[in-house]
Amino acid sequence: MSDNETAALAADERVKEMSGFRKALIRPELGGIAGAILVFFFFFLTAYDSGMFSPAGVMNWSIVSAQFTIIAVGACLLMIAGEFDLSVGSMIGFAGMSIAILSVSFGWPIWVAIIVTFILCMAVGAFSGWLVIKTGLPSFIVTLAFLFILRGLTIFAAIATTRKTIIGGIRDVSEGDWLAPLFGGKVLTGFFQWMGDNGWIETFTRGAKQGQPVVEGIPMLMVWAVALIIFGHILLTKTRFGNWIFASGGDAQAARYVGVPVNRVKIIMFMFTAFCACVFATAQVMEFGSAGADRGLLKEFEAIISVVIGGALLTGGYGSVIGAALGALIFGVVQQGLFFAGVESSLFRVFLGVILLLAVILNTYIRRMITGEK
Amino acid sequence: MNTDQTPIIEMKNIEKHFGPVIALAGVSLSVLPGECHCLLGDNGAGKSTFIKTMSGVHKPTKGEIYFEGKPMHFDRPRDAIAAGIATVYQDLAMIPLMSVARNFFMGNEPMKRVVGINLFDHNLANEVTMAEMKKMGINLRGPDQAVGTLSGGERQTVAIARAVHFGAKVLILDEPTSALGVRQTSNVLATVDRVRKKGVAVVFITHNVRHALAVGDRYTVLNRGLTLGTSERGKITPEELQDLMAGGQELATLEGSLGGTV
Repeated sequence: MSDNETAALAADERVKEMSGFRKALIRPELGGIAGAILVFFFFFLTAYDSGMFSPAGVMNWSIVSAQFTIIAVGACLLMIAGEFDLSVGSMIGFAGMSIAILSVSFGWPIWVAIIVTFILCMAVGAFSGWLVIKTGLPSFIVTLAFLFILRGLTIFAAIATTRKTIIGGIRDVSEGDWLAPLFGGKVLTGFFQWMGDNGWIETFTRGAKQGQPVVEGIPMLMVWAVALIIFGHILLTKTRFGNWIFASGGDAQAARYVGVPVNRVKIIMFMFTAFCACVFATAQVMEFGSAGADRGLLKEFEAIISVVIGGALLTGGYGSVIGAALGALIFGVVQQGLFFAGVESSLFRVFLGVILLLAVILNTYIRRMITGEK
Repeated sequence: MNTDQTPIIEMKNIEKHFGPVIALAGVSLSVLPGECHCLLGDNGAGKSTFIKTMSGVHKPTKGEIYFEGKPMHFDRPRDAIAAGIATVYQDLAMIPLMSVARNFFMGNEPMKRVVGINLFDHNLANEVTMAEMKKMGINLRGPDQAVGTLSGGERQTVAIARAVHFGAKVLILDEPTSALGVRQTSNVLATVDRVRKKGVAVVFITHNVRHALAVGDRYTVLNRGLTLGTSERGKITPEELQDLMAGGQELATLEGSLGGTV
């Protein structure tokens, strides 16, 4: 007993003398910041003259990063609330197909199709959240079931209505619509044209687009990504609901005892994840002009990996939206950067596995530091 | 202490059945404002069931609960919390990964309006947390220090301070000292004493007779779902309490071999 006591006291004193470095280390974003610097440094050295950092190149990896960011913000808040959603990828395919079938096959106005799809997806998210709460099963299992259910339904619905697994023609039906440009449009086009006119950015030198800048504007996808980061970060760190998210994931029972509506928090987070998947899907459908039944494959894991690289704990209760966004940025830069650097693209998966492993090991170590375990 | 006071909470002949199992077979207890009422009993005596009935987790099968003289029915723990009954559970008091300030205000977050949006008032939360911790004798490095770095005793203390800060009139402590070392235990017991002097009624659940005798004003012993009586401070010896907890079975033989250490 006396030995334990002294050990405990000694441990206390050690924690109290925590150095600035250790203090910085327990900020969830640190891994993301360090990783992002490292990745940019690496590609500056290896791929600078490949066009990766020209306006078109920047736009290339920014769009990919923005895609990852959109689903990572949802996955991040859900993971901090203590749950997973493995059905994100299938949800993306499902949402895209729903928009295509409702607008192209059924002939509904595209804005109605988009709104109905958002409602449908968030209802599915709420239902899987409700199932997790009511059955007490791990969200891993419940959402794994939805991964298959939604993917199967998507393929079935596509075949049953059109006998195809890819439905095109979205561009035609979204012509002149008020809601579609919110997902598929571009902003600041005038600014980019102006920069092109002044010769500050590259312009097309021949063809139909002669004189137009190579980069026409900021796609709405990126606006959505930034908006979701800001929204998620403020929600998590600056509001009462954010405190409830941390509490629900940190220890649901302790949170319930002080009156935190844990079930409501978790179900809302499942719905938010579905919302993010839906934003991703809508933007993708608008960009491609078509919906495919196999869209979004493996996206759930890419979202989770981004979140984990960003410093969130898989066990919940700890993490940061900024970190998740940095994780998504690293993800996008590396995926496109390896292409620019001319590296065999299969190596990307090797890199992914390695960085995931490193991130999880680092996070576990950090968790031990926070909770004072040895 | 003035025993003519109205009890702040009075439980009369509480029975609780779980299917065919009778967990409580008529337990009565009254708690006065500003007293520390110790609830003792061995494992399986029904202590936990009883306090869960008091804090609204379980509904009694039979019996009445009076809160400040009026009959009360708690349907949910929230009802009990709203009435002023706070429960501090041994392991589930705090969330280790969250900061002390976030833990302190969990479920009671202070708000401020910024450009029309209700935001968590972190400055106020931090100030109040630091002040309250200082009162309880805990020196924090900062309000953003994670609860995980606090010792078990400090966590209990933070949880008690939190309950009192948010207006608890009755504080139920579920075995707050059972997992603690000597020094931490004395810290928690000192906290209980400080809280009691503010007029808060404390229900202190323990199976450690020495901890009970250190802070208790009255002692109620539960055994096999029944009350074996309530006695006041100074009118009962540790040995008698110990025997009561064991259900009157002779502990003499055991105690002989253990040298009176239990």
